[in-house]
Amino acid sequence: MEHSVYLDEARDPLIIAEGWMKDGKDVAIATVVETWGSAPRPVGSHLVIDTEGNFHGSVSGGCVEGAVVTEAIDVIDSGKAKMLEFGVADETAWQVGLSCGGRIKVYVERLG
Amino acid sequence: MDPYALKTLNAERRARRAAILVTDLGDGRDRIVREGDQVAGELGAAIAKAFRTGNSGSVEAGGRAFFLNAHLPQPRLVVIGAVHISQALAPMARIAGYPVEIIDPRTAFATSDRFPDIALHAEWPEDVLKRQPLDGYTALAALTHDPKIDDFALKAALDANCFYVGALGSRKTHAKRVERLLALGATADQIARIHAPIGLDIGAASPAEIAVAVLAQAIHAFRSRGLESKGAVA
Repeated sequence: MEHSVYLDEARDPLIIAEGWMKDGKDVAIATVVETWGSAPRPVGSHLVIDTEGNFHGSVSGGCVEGAVVTEAIDVIDSGKAKMLEFGVADETAWQVGLSCGGRIKVYVERLG
Repeated sequence: MDPYALKTLNAERRARRAAILVTDLGDGRDRIVREGDQVAGELGAAIAKAFRTGNSGSVEAGGRAFFLNAHLPQPRLVVIGAVHISQALAPMARIAGYPVEIIDPRTAFATSDRFPDIALHAEWPEDVLKRQPLDGYTALAALTHDPKIDDFALKAALDANCFYVGALGSRKTHAKRVERLLALGATADQIARIHAPIGLDIGAASPAEIAVAVLAQAIHAFRSRGLESKGAVA
């Protein structure tokens, strides 16, 4: 895969989060902090979410983003960070899971 | 995340400087550490490793759990000279994950026929590097043999602390180059960082083999950044 040498500002989650913040929006940032087995996105990947449910970036291949967005809106309300864990769908309490068979831990925090 | 930390992190990333966001997973507090900042203890050792490898991860230090998110600029290779070696080096480096730009003011050399799909500047290095400065995450290989083209770029690469600086030419050619770079104001310590003759000593003979030697040497330089003081660099 070809990587740009410079930031792709239009698609970079952390740049977008900063822009949202400047626009006065409340924002949550989700970060993959641990992975086991086959995981679609590497440790350090971000998903950023606003209170309307808009989001950019990814923490999985689309498998768990919906659940992270829901949790993120809670985190924005409460201001308390959460650690979420996702595994194979039928082995966890979550409604969603990773069909690839891996497990990931996602840290969700409010910006500011 | 602290809004100030996010702004600082994005400013560093835009400027192609390495930074690590350190988050205390217990209380959620975070801070930005820049390359070269001194951090003591286990956490400092983990941070130094993250700067070297570019790998993010969780770490226990002093009974607390931290997450280190390492943001390293994309390393790249700037080649001075649209020469035969560059024709092999550019696609190889790109495949290895190092995007390439080639600079050569000689329009007969710098043609898209000779370098399909490669970022090519048929201009003097002085002009290109003014627009797109070199930095610590750039490797520079000077391959023209022509002091008028190579010397300025070599001096700029030393001043920008490029992670790799290589120059084509025999020991005799290099001895003359050293004299010229000293005259341009480079220090002896800076000049000692130039790999010349260029490339790992694998007995490379053809232009493509020399390209392999140069790419391998640049990768080694990148992956051993920060290890010089520990004597781990050959």
